[in-house]
Amino acid sequence: MISRAQRILFFTMLIAAVTMAAILIRLRERAQDRLYRAQSAMPLVEPVEAPPTAITLLIPNDADGSLLESQRSLPLPQDENARARIILTTLLSAYREPHSTHPMGGASLAPGTETPGVDEVFLMPVPQSKQGKMAVVNFSPSFGQMHPSGIEPETLTLLSIIGTLHANLPDIAQVRFLVDGRQADTLAGHADLTRVYVASDSAMGGGQ
Amino acid sequence: MHWISRAGMSALFLALTAASAQDAPQAVQIPQQSPANPPHLPAAVSTPAVPRFMVVIDAAHGGNETGARISDHLLEKDLTLSLSIRLRSILSAHGIGVVTTRESDANVPATTRAELADRSAAAACILIHATTTGSGVHIYTSSLAPSTATRFMPWQTAQAGYVTQSLKLASEIDSALAHAEIPVTLGRTALQPMDSFTCPSVAVEIAPLAANSSTKAKALDDAGYQRTLLDALTAALDEWRNDWRQQP
Repeated sequence: MISRAQRILFFTMLIAAVTMAAILIRLRERAQDRLYRAQSAMPLVEPVEAPPTAITLLIPNDADGSLLESQRSLPLPQDENARARIILTTLLSAYREPHSTHPMGGASLAPGTETPGVDEVFLMPVPQSKQGKMAVVNFSPSFGQMHPSGIEPETLTLLSIIGTLHANLPDIAQVRFLVDGRQADTLAGHADLTRVYVASDSAMGGGQ
Repeated sequence: MHWISRAGMSALFLALTAASAQDAPQAVQIPQQSPANPPHLPAAVSTPAVPRFMVVIDAAHGGNETGARISDHLLEKDLTLSLSIRLRSILSAHGIGVVTTRESDANVPATTRAELADRSAAAACILIHATTTGSGVHIYTSSLAPSTATRFMPWQTAQAGYVTQSLKLASEIDSALAHAEIPVTLGRTALQPMDSFTCPSVAVEIAPLAANSSTKAKALDDAGYQRTLLDALTAALDEWRNDWRQQP
């Protein structure tokens, strides 16, 4: 026989549990709404009214292991991170141009798939130094898979990126590479991505 | 058949005796031995042990790490293993000691490869790679800044103490390949396990030979091209055997 007091306690606890569940569901919905609103407020489109700026690209030449200088002109945002990302996206697009001297693999890309490349570039102060900045380049996960495997093509890609960043943003003194936000051993099986690369005028020479 | 007369034999013996007496730099005086005064033997002169000329061949990749896809039926890991075994045989025939980091299709970790190379105290470490881009042979040395080799070196940058010698070894290989009319691209790179090697180290990356005015195009699986490459590498290491002890 269940006493009256126990029945009252049971129903009270049941009502409390249902109420708490409803409140939690509602709070979760509100948090999700806030996240969506924050994402849609991020500037995704580059300012088209900005005047075109001349940039220098260092495009690798696989035939002789050198870097060829190429000038482009395009509108760039004020933010340095976004500026660096657009410069690198332009550089990687140059790799995929017809008759490129440093072709990328891309034939197996599914239709509608986003072209693999640089997801983000972050600029931060060089650790334990008051001069220069470190650029952290975050490759998309598929970039390494699509990149030709070999010491020469991978080394030239890294030298090209480091040289192009330093040529257009001279404050950049060091460059570090990530893949999908994490440290990776190599780009496509060869070039070491675990180390920090020094960006300097002399490092832009590429192959000897 | 030639016969020498007794008089001739005597004259020849005297002439040889006189010649050997003249050639001897110093006459050796044998002390008179007596039981109370035992002979005083000269102190043994310690001669430094001459290190053996040893070469480490590192066939890149292996196992599930396939490396570059050279063609539909050829992977980089298989090509490097094949070239490594053939180069080992040729070098052994030339009297050069060889240590290989792998002899089968196994995935050998970079640390194990570096341990093998560092334990063998080799005079040269050759890393064999292959790629489909470019033309000829790409010769890469470590991009680490040169430093003085010490007994204890940081694992990740141990090659820094050998960069100067590695550049000279790369120059020897460059000369041998140029002699074989194979185009060469020289460069510096960050490559594991090469940066952990404590020996003069060069990464030799083999690419197809593009056609030009003097040569025909040759694929990576061309037997003649491979033979020329291996002969050039052997010639370079033979030359390095004469030079490596003179290095600082």
